Amino acid sequence: MKGEEGTNRLRSLADISEDYMQDLLHAGIEPTERGRSGSFLLQDQSVIYSRTRYEGLELMSISDALKQHEWLNDYMWKVIPADMDQYTKDVMSCDTNGYFIRSKANAKVIVPVQACLFIASDKTEQKVHNIIIAEEDSELHIITGCSVARSITSALHLGVSEFYIKRGAKITFTMIHNWSGGVKVRPRSAVMIEDDGTLINNYILMTPVKSLQMYPTAYCTGKNAKASFQSIIYASDNARVDIGSRAVLIGERSRADITSRVVATDNGDVIARSEVIGEGSNSTGHIECHGLMLSDNAAITSIPELKATRKDIDLSHEAAIGRIAEDEILYLMARGLTEEEATSVIIRGFLNVDITGLPDALAQETKRMLNMSLEKLM
Amino acid sequence: MLEIRDLTVEVAGKKILKDLTLNIERGEVHVLFGPNGCGKTTLLMTILGFPSYKIIHGRIIFKGVDITDLPTNERVKMGIGVAFQNPPRIRGVTLGDMVNIAQGRSEAIIDESVIALADKLNIPPEFLRRDVNLGFSGGEVKKSEMLQLMAQSPDFIMFDEPDSGVDVDNIELIGRIMCELLDRAKLPSRRERAGLIITHSGFIMRYIKADRAHVMLDGRIACSGMPDEITRNIMEEGFEKCVEKCSVQ
Repeated sequence: MKGEEGTNRLRSLADISEDYMQDLLHAGIEPTERGRSGSFLLQDQSVIYSRTRYEGLELMSISDALKQHEWLNDYMWKVIPADMDQYTKDVMSCDTNGYFIRSKANAKVIVPVQACLFIASDKTEQKVHNIIIAEEDSELHIITGCSVARSITSALHLGVSEFYIKRGAKITFTMIHNWSGGVKVRPRSAVMIEDDGTLINNYILMTPVKSLQMYPTAYCTGKNAKASFQSIIYASDNARVDIGSRAVLIGERSRADITSRVVATDNGDVIARSEVIGEGSNSTGHIECHGLMLSDNAAITSIPELKATRKDIDLSHEAAIGRIAEDEILYLMARGLTEEEATSVIIRGFLNVDITGLPDALAQETKRMLNMSLEKLM
Repeated sequence: MLEIRDLTVEVAGKKILKDLTLNIERGEVHVLFGPNGCGKTTLLMTILGFPSYKIIHGRIIFKGVDITDLPTNERVKMGIGVAFQNPPRIRGVTLGDMVNIAQGRSEAIIDESVIALADKLNIPPEFLRRDVNLGFSGGEVKKSEMLQLMAQSPDFIMFDEPDSGVDVDNIELIGRIMCELLDRAKLPSRRERAGLIITHSGFIMRYIKADRAHVMLDGRIACSGMPDEITRNIMEEGFEKCVEKCSVQ
């Protein structure tokens, strides 16, 4: 682990270079820190800002956290095996940094924490390892933005994130990816959910990316553990996106819901995967993936998978890929919109997934972030 | 207000309207009867300017302007409105969004003025957050169309089968809103708005008085006259007989 913190640290998040401000904003990061319980910023490979404003919340670089908490070593490479693939091996063997976020037992950190992983220098290979822990009966809401400076022509982001949701705890994790056409992205995430624990994972990708591949997995090990994944993907330009969500339902009456909305335009190519594996008694799961095609040079492959290993399990999926219906455009034109405006309203509507389970302010914030991403797009 | 001259229209290579001529003056409400497939809806969609309705010859003049070649949204901006018979469902676009769009507003908020409009139609505020037409009952679809028209407030309004699939309780309400939209409570000389009502059953005419009625057969206006008389003839003897009778007289 890298220990060179303290160098080039910011005094406040608003002190970040004007050039980078927009790139952070587009990843949902609030430079004023208003409405945030803590902020973390990693630029290239250095932690340049980390501050918490809430007692029940710990937020620091993973290297600092390992110095403070000896027990933290037990959480490293526990839900993600270090030898899972070439990327995890790479993160394991190199100097890496990342964030440590922990809500203490019974702490309800309703106000979201924000964490940003930012690539500012060209040809950077950003390798991070993050640990997120919600202790028993605590609540933690996290907004993470991954972003690059506009000048970047080529870069690599490898991010290992391990989540632990203890008994009765809840984590909502809303991630916005704001990459550019030269960036290769390989996040590796897994979540362990104990009895009565809840994960709500929202993912938004609106900007082009060279190549992105991820398949986060939630292990619902506890009784009544719940995981819900919502992904909103707009693949444009030459984006190559292979993205999925997987839930393994091990605990009794555990539940998973996976929803994705994929729009493919230009030469965008998306593989939208999803998998629910039912093992615990009376576990249930549902997958809903809808795709919208806007170009003859684009492609969407939708691969929903269900596996049940007991007789008392209910799993279902619905998948559809289609186009914008002409009668919908004409209906909106008959209310005064131009054809272009009508098309944009329909695409926005398609991507408008109802995200439940967020505190009111965060739900509005998420909606605002989605709208911002959409406005940038159209 | 609306003048249609010698209009011939093709849909998918098939002639549907044949040399149709129709004039609707400011303040007038016309009703268009006709059997299924005679071209009533084609006439509406052509007035709206939908692209699959191809005008072979003839002109459409609205408020003195030739709109024959204008796109739909520009006609709508000039004051043409429509209540569709079977509008499409749009996932993720709420009735509240549609009301804002009809009002020409870009914000996505549901404010007091929208709630007050909805209340006139007994539409509860939470209904405005539902995706438009998704899982709506027949009556709810019609009320949603009326609400959007109230928000848009057009000068010339076309109603495509406003009474189809509506229960008895709602049809009276829809008739009342149509009367309001078309200035029917005002003295005839003070009426500014005009309308064209398409009906197969004629049921809605119990709730709104028209100034003139037409019967359409095979893409042509076959007969025109007083609404009461034409309605009575159709109800008693059917479309063909009514036309026969009119042409004898």
